[in-house]
Amino acid sequence: MKLVTHNMLTSKCLKGVNTGYPLKLVVKEIRVQSSDFNKEFISKMIPRLDWAVFVVAAKQIGHAGNLPDQLLPDYENNEELLKDVHHALFEVDIYEGELICPETNRKFQISEGIPNMLVKENEL
Amino acid sequence: MACMKLKKLEQILQEVDSFDTPKIKLEQYMTPPNIAACILFAIQSSFDDIDNKIIADLGCGSGILSIGSILLGAAFCSGFDIDHDALNICLKNLKQFQLSSYDLIQCDISYLSDTFYKRYDTVIMNPPFGTNKKGIDIEFLKVAINMSKHSVYSLHKTNTREYISSKARSWRIKNEVIAELRFDLPHTYKFHTKKSVDIAVDLHRFSQL
Repeated sequence: MKLVTHNMLTSKCLKGVNTGYPLKLVVKEIRVQSSDFNKEFISKMIPRLDWAVFVVAAKQIGHAGNLPDQLLPDYENNEELLKDVHHALFEVDIYEGELICPETNRKFQISEGIPNMLVKENEL
Repeated sequence: MACMKLKKLEQILQEVDSFDTPKIKLEQYMTPPNIAACILFAIQSSFDDIDNKIIADLGCGSGILSIGSILLGAAFCSGFDIDHDALNICLKNLKQFQLSSYDLIQCDISYLSDTFYKRYDTVIMNPPFGTNKKGIDIEFLKVAINMSKHSVYSLHKTNTREYISSKARSWRIKNEVIAELRFDLPHTYKFHTKKSVDIAVDLHRFSQL
């Protein structure tokens, strides 16, 4: 599971949970695989992110590079920044670990990079 | 990447492994490789809805539509499926093709709607037709339309065309059938008594979401 997915996932589906975001991360194994950097696409991606959530997660997994806590204007022209974003967002795979609901502490396993967000009927 | 030829794409998709033991309950069968190649190629060449886009594949199964999308230049593709065995095959396929611009997520269709609201550029899917579980095709469609900012491509039986179109009208979105296909489904399940079953299928495009 890449951080781009972590940036979207919630546990809002659980009974009694209001926002369920961001999910806490427990990392047991990380795998890194490089992929093509596309400047234009990353620039387009940034405004779609919850930046603060992204940076905190990237720092936690130790792949934040020089990502600033606050997004600076003119980021489209900052190639170093865009490369750091690309790396943390798309190249680092949380291969084994857990996602934890911030409100109920319900755990969701990540196994072989696949988060299991299935919930039982009585949890809905 | 996006200029890959149709023939080449079809050839590559022939290598995608299918389900070991398809589950009837989930209406699992793989989109035939020639059809997958043909529809993905049309989606890219006629509408430019794959190259550089973020794509979701609902009920991705063995992942043939996800793999084809990435090969045609998708920036990132998320494959969603409820079934662990299907996702394992999908993962094996993605690794075999040495692709990395994807994530797989195991979840129920009902999980997706709120969480991924308007997060994707394009949704491409071959949902269950609702033969086994009535209404599941419409449920997939509703969720897909919620998740996509721009367009949804979905395969449905031709004999449900009017019904699908009336749904789209009631949701006030644009709907057109952009291809008429024939699925020559091989003898996948025990209850298919004939050697193969020929089914007429439409590729729908939903836009102005």
